[in-house]
Amino acid sequence: MTTASGPTTAPAGAAAAAPAGEALLSLNNVEVIYDDVILVLRGLSLEVPRGKVVALLGSNGAGKSTTLKAVSGLLPSEHGEVTDGSIVFDGQDITRMDAAQRVRQGMSLCMEGRHVFEHLTIAENLVAGAYISKDSAEDLEMVYGYFPKLADLRNRVAGYCSGGEQQMLAIGRALMARPTLLMLDEPSLGLAPLLVEEIFGYIRRLNEERGLTVLVIEQNAQVALDVAHHGYIMEQGRIVLEGPAEELQENPDVKEFYLGLGEEGGRRSYRDVKHYKRRKRWL
Amino acid sequence: MSTFLNLLAYGLADGAILALAALGFVLIYKATGVINFAQGEFLLIGAYLMYTAWVVMGLPMVVSVLVGIVAATVVGVLVERLILRPMVGEDPISIIMVTIGLAMLLKAVVQMFYGTNPRSQPAILPTGSVSFLGATLPVNRLLVVVIAAVVLTAFTLFFSRSKHGIAMRAVADDQQAAMTMGISVRKIFALSWALAAVSAFIAGVLLADLSAVDQNIASFGLMVFPVVILGGLDSVPGTIVGGLTIGLLTQFVSGYLDPGLATVIPYVVLVLILLVKPYGLFGETRIERV
Ligand SMILES: Nc1ncnc2c1ncn2[C@@H]1O[C@H](COP(=O)(O)OP(=O)(O)OP(=O)(O)O)[C@@H](O)[C@H]1O
Ligand SMILES: [Mg+2]
Repeated sequence: MTTASGPTTAPAGAAAAAPAGEALLSLNNVEVIYDDVILVLRGLSLEVPRGKVVALLGSNGAGKSTTLKAVSGLLPSEHGEVTDGSIVFDGQDITRMDAAQRVRQGMSLCMEGRHVFEHLTIAENLVAGAYISKDSAEDLEMVYGYFPKLADLRNRVAGYCSGGEQQMLAIGRALMARPTLLMLDEPSLGLAPLLVEEIFGYIRRLNEERGLTVLVIEQNAQVALDVAHHGYIMEQGRIVLEGPAEELQENPDVKEFYLGLGEEGGRRSYRDVKHYKRRKRWL
Repeated sequence: MSTFLNLLAYGLADGAILALAALGFVLIYKATGVINFAQGEFLLIGAYLMYTAWVVMGLPMVVSVLVGIVAATVVGVLVERLILRPMVGEDPISIIMVTIGLAMLLKAVVQMFYGTNPRSQPAILPTGSVSFLGATLPVNRLLVVVIAAVVLTAFTLFFSRSKHGIAMRAVADDQQAAMTMGISVRKIFALSWALAAVSAFIAGVLLADLSAVDQNIASFGLMVFPVVILGGLDSVPGTIVGGLTIGLLTQFVSGYLDPGLATVIPYVVLVLILLVKPYGLFGETRIERV
């Protein structure tokens, strides 16, 4: 097994305690290029330990979604390519594996913006999610158990469901493939704060009750770090900081940069944070 | 009254065949986004595949149908694999040109083997007639309507109940999301072309049985355009409504008004629909939530 205990890209001073336990997923110095010229990931390394929730944070355009697309094999459909490094999942090098095959290996991705099948009903969306499994009756019961709302609305066309319902559907649909690793790209996108809490509550429960390993991307660092065990922060295609979630929450840079809190702990206005972001870059 | 019933039977039979032909067109458009100008030629190939298996090779009729279905599947998959797949990502006009080229190619293949003269083939469906309310109605046309109804129902059930049918609709909705469920988009594309070729085979064989095994089958296939514009390029129920409307309209105009007018009426409808409802009567519009 090739785990990335190699050079960590985190700068000096970062709380870089490597996550304990065996890594289910590891990216080792992954480089991604779009359209043969646009370099987006520049030697990114990270590990997701089995049974843990890992948060991947970073500002717009840092390359978070690209990271998940590289892991799930969606890059070729966007003229992107992993040009260097390797991705290892469950002990197997999957860097060049076909996207459909990766799902069979046990990973599911909920894409940014939910991407439910708009013209299909909720029930049909779930059937599509179970495409790779032979018998999905139990999985369906499990998903309806976690998300009773979906059971109530099972015959509703997904395109007409609310954002929160669609996000639950996206997660439920991903669970239908019986993943060992669930990847979520900004599940809070466009949801009211209360719903964001609810969605992350489900993520915590799925992790605690089913031992599901989760890699979640978030803009909302606060709620993500509350649920996650470990966090990575990326900037311009690299990991710049990593550590246990509690440590990251206490880190002054993270506080200032992602949680919108000043040194003194008071909440700053969005304008100040934005200004600060323009002034200070970590790379 | 008897003229009316007769025109009704002829119109429904034409409409049923058109619906089958249009179904193939819609399947391909919905799943892969390709506008297939070779749909009429798929009907032609279907009719000649049946002729080859049944008359030339002398296989029993039922066996010939099965052989024809398998052969049509192979043709559909090969066309997708060899001609359309290399075109993925090219602009729509180039892809349309390629399907026009494909239409010529398929026609040429048929002419190479069988020339341009009509071929005679024994009747598949019983040719007698039944009297109904004073009208004598041809049995084969009534049976065509029944067969088409059964086939269309089977396809509809496939799309709403089976895992693969739902996967096809999922790919039509969102290819990337479908890939994240482990659905192979390539396989779904191949499946769409195969199913389109099979429905065209059935339509071609039925049409040949009502008319003749000859090149005109491809021209009849041209009428899928008014049908799909009327019903909506991506709507399966639309093919049935569109097919029946165009079939009945042509027969009634031909019977009550003028046969010459009947040949252009589908295209008049096409233009009118494009002016009034460009997505067709049942075309899927983008869902907007407010
Ligand atoms: N298909 C593509 N072709 C070319 N460039 C792309 C493509 N997808 C993303 N990029 C570029 O890669 C960079 C990273 O994009 P990515 O979507 O991974 O960022 P992100 O961290 O997910 O941002 P956000 O928080 O806004 O979702 C951006 O500069 C973007 O413009
Ligand atoms: Mg993103």
